[in-house]
Amino acid sequence: MKLGEFKNHERELYFFQLRIGFAGFAVLAAFVLLFARFFHLQVVQHDTYASKAEDNRISIVPIAPNRGLILDRNGVVLARNYSAYTLEIFPAKVRDLERTIQDLSEVVEVQAKDRSRFRKLHAEIRNAESLPIRTRLTDEEVARFAANRYRFPGVEIKARLFRQYPYGDLAAHVIGYIGRINAKDQEKLAELEVEANYRGTDYIGKSGLEASYQQELHGTTGFEQVEIDAAGRGIRTLARTPAQAGNNVTLTLDIKLQEVAEKVFAGRRGALVAIEPSTGGVLAFVSMPGFDPNLFVDGIDPASWAELNNSPDRPLTNRAIAGIYPPGSTFKPYMAMAALELGKRTQKSAIHDPGYFEFGGRRFRDSKAGGHGYVDLYKSIVVSSDTFYYQLANDMGIDAIAGFMGKFGFGAKSGIDLEGEAIGVLPSPEWKLKRFRRPEQQKWYAGETVSIGIGQGYNAYTPIQLAVALATLAADGAMYRPRLVSYIDNLRSGERRHIEPELLTRIPLKPENLEFVKRAMAGVNKEGTGARSFGTAPYSSGGKTGTAQVIGMKQGEKYDEKRVSERHRDHSLYIVFAPLESPKIALFAIVENGGFGARAAAPIARTVLDYYLLGKDPEAVVEPAAAAKRGSGATAAEEEAESD
Amino acid sequence: MELAAPSARRLYQRFVEGIDGPLLTLSLMLAALGLATLFSASYEQPGRVASQAANLTVALAGMWVMARIPPQTLMRFAVPAYLFGIALLIAVALAGDIVNGARRWLHVGVTRFQPSEMMKLALPLMLAWYFHKNEATLRLRDFGVAALLLALPVLLIARQPDLGTAVLVAAAGCYVIFFAGIGWKVIAALGVLGLASLFPLWGMLHDYQRRRILTLLDPAQDPLGAGYHTIQSTIAVGSGGITGKGWLRGTQTHLEFIPERHTDFIFAVFSEEFGLIGNLVLLALYTLLIARGLMIAASAATFFSRLIAASITLMFFTYAFVNMGMVAGILPVVGVPLPFISYGGTALLTLFIGIGILMSVHNHRRLVQT
Repeated sequence: MKLGEFKNHERELYFFQLRIGFAGFAVLAAFVLLFARFFHLQVVQHDTYASKAEDNRISIVPIAPNRGLILDRNGVVLARNYSAYTLEIFPAKVRDLERTIQDLSEVVEVQAKDRSRFRKLHAEIRNAESLPIRTRLTDEEVARFAANRYRFPGVEIKARLFRQYPYGDLAAHVIGYIGRINAKDQEKLAELEVEANYRGTDYIGKSGLEASYQQELHGTTGFEQVEIDAAGRGIRTLARTPAQAGNNVTLTLDIKLQEVAEKVFAGRRGALVAIEPSTGGVLAFVSMPGFDPNLFVDGIDPASWAELNNSPDRPLTNRAIAGIYPPGSTFKPYMAMAALELGKRTQKSAIHDPGYFEFGGRRFRDSKAGGHGYVDLYKSIVVSSDTFYYQLANDMGIDAIAGFMGKFGFGAKSGIDLEGEAIGVLPSPEWKLKRFRRPEQQKWYAGETVSIGIGQGYNAYTPIQLAVALATLAADGAMYRPRLVSYIDNLRSGERRHIEPELLTRIPLKPENLEFVKRAMAGVNKEGTGARSFGTAPYSSGGKTGTAQVIGMKQGEKYDEKRVSERHRDHSLYIVFAPLESPKIALFAIVENGGFGARAAAPIARTVLDYYLLGKDPEAVVEPAAAAKRGSGATAAEEEAESD
Repeated sequence: MELAAPSARRLYQRFVEGIDGPLLTLSLMLAALGLATLFSASYEQPGRVASQAANLTVALAGMWVMARIPPQTLMRFAVPAYLFGIALLIAVALAGDIVNGARRWLHVGVTRFQPSEMMKLALPLMLAWYFHKNEATLRLRDFGVAALLLALPVLLIARQPDLGTAVLVAAAGCYVIFFAGIGWKVIAALGVLGLASLFPLWGMLHDYQRRRILTLLDPAQDPLGAGYHTIQSTIAVGSGGITGKGWLRGTQTHLEFIPERHTDFIFAVFSEEFGLIGNLVLLALYTLLIARGLMIAASAATFFSRLIAASITLMFFTYAFVNMGMVAGILPVVGVPLPFISYGGTALLTLFIGIGILMSVHNHRRLVQT
């Protein structure tokens, strides 16, 4: 037994050593193969490769193309390039970065801001060839550095094109900004297989149209064949394939209208989207507060970044596509439309509104204490009766509501040509099932349907969705994909490519129902909750006010604006399209924590429409602040408006 | 005075005890060639040579320590090291840093750490331990278990994605399985299966990985993109000729045509400046090192030390072959350093720890029976 084991051991060792021998043989064979390859390259084909290495004295230098311009619908330039000198450090060729920067600061001005930005870039972009320590050098600084150049190996002056946004923070969320290509961008470029076209390019669109139209704006990189000496310095250019500038992108947006809209927000937070219903072209696109995109172009300094990023007003969030809000009473015209189309109500249906709706032992209060009395479908929109819509929602059921509203694009990405669009929430039992984990939370309760009717509850939509839904209603059910770009010009070929309106769907709506809802919305602006702002307008329009609760109210508790902190006040919303026949503009506006819809959002809408339809100077319109002050001496009609 | 001399000598003897002369000489010669090449490759950054010399000191210390740890002790660390490595790989997958699009690094205090590097030694240790434990009753089932132990870290590394390291770790494991005595028929069957699975595997590769392989077939297809590395490194090797252009005289190197010339492509620099003769010297040094390693494996005392020594030795071979093959344009571009030559502290430390383990195995070798 023992002997057998020992023998076994011996046998095993023998087999192991056999395999060692085999491995040694394999190693030798592999090395012989390598040697054969070396022999082939270094002896047989040596001449070929030697001449190739000789030819390698010709270096191919990429020429970055000029970035295309962004223009508004009237040809006003919103993003342009200018040439300036930068002082750049080649980190691989500098031994002591800190010391070099210190020495440089004796020759040209280097502020703490420049240093921290350089450090940030150096940390973010590991294998960058060169990084700017100073941008926009003055002629004097260029001269001073040139005289001291010998002291700074690895530091060079470069002429570079810079992006500039002449209007500063105006339309910043639309235009976006560019920034240095980082690892993540690099990966994206690799995925798109366009890396080669980005050799020599340092910047890329990071947000807004600069990002979504990056491929159009970038252009084609050119190449220069440069003969270099043994030290790698260029001697002369042998051949040149010029770069082709990027395409110019012209928007549907009117920058003057945009300016009017942003001014009238007067520093308040909110969003506004105005759309041409017959094409889906976006006329104005506001997200307040904005930011100055010029800050980002050279790489933003950490202090400015912290200020923007940590501000409670969240200026970097594009509220118009990424902010989600309950629509409040602006939801009611769609509810009325649904009721008519689905046969749940007729144009003559009426209720008695006691000021509340009782369901399951719970009282859903109307915003007007004591109610509106006799309310028919027309009046329910004009005075914005909550009771009417509590009842209607309950009668329709959540599935019918969700089914109908889905057609108008509620709770789905609109497909606008910007990145970062939020989806929002179109409440339905299916949504709840997916959204929540615990079984008792997943169940849809009939009581939850009631407040859906007045645009509260789980309802949450982006301003772009609310604007598209209105434009669709205004265009009698024709829904166009919203878009900011009108056409793209290729400067080299002179070709102009129009972005054609894209009809997404045509919702079949009965003409008599459309006519009715539009008439009721006209009533809102003539004799209802919107009359204070639109009663005197010389053009016809249809509107609807909305007030969206930010905090929940306990049953029986009354909302008292003065007792609620500013951030918890209601959002003020307004939708309006004009003129009534063949509308030219459909607009959604929201003022965060602005209170009643009629008070803050409606005057903004009026100002924008006056400018767009009449070319009227905004100074002549009643200032929104002044309108709010008149609250104490309000007339009966205005009181009605307040109770939206 | 008379006493001092012998005690100093004894101290020296204690110090070099267990250090294998041939292994140390060969690896130091390779490292010296590496420093010389690095000096040429990093003429614009002289700091690199000093920093690599510091790395070398640390690595030698690692070797010295490992040479003193008997294989039996090492065996006790096999399972914990493996489990720890797997845990780190999972941690990387969940919370690692992304560098150049791949999630490979883990923050440990102030420094970052690449757990996949550790697996290059932990996996063969684990497999050798497993086979050693079941030495008496090795059956096909045990090879199945070993394959699973191998697949887990390899898949974790491959999905980082880091195909190069995944292949190397897999190779280290496969060597252990091979030397443990898996049947030739099984190997042949696996080979056929492996060829058959190439097609579905192709579909799982990332686009850039596919491009690298396609580029190998026709580098000219993408001269500014993935083919650039191969084209330029082949030119460097080919233009070196028989005698090379001379140290510090490589034009490809000094005109910055060779990318990553300190690390993965340092062989292009070496080959351009020292030519076919230099390559032959390098191949000879590697061959001697590998021969010494295999000899140590053949005379190792236990099954465990046999497997670990053979596997480590063949790892040196794999690194060298894959790297030189890639630079010479016969293998796809993967991130594999040239052993003892490429710049980089972690790889150097791993290599010298491997050398240390070989020395330890040699110190505890089977005594030759007469």
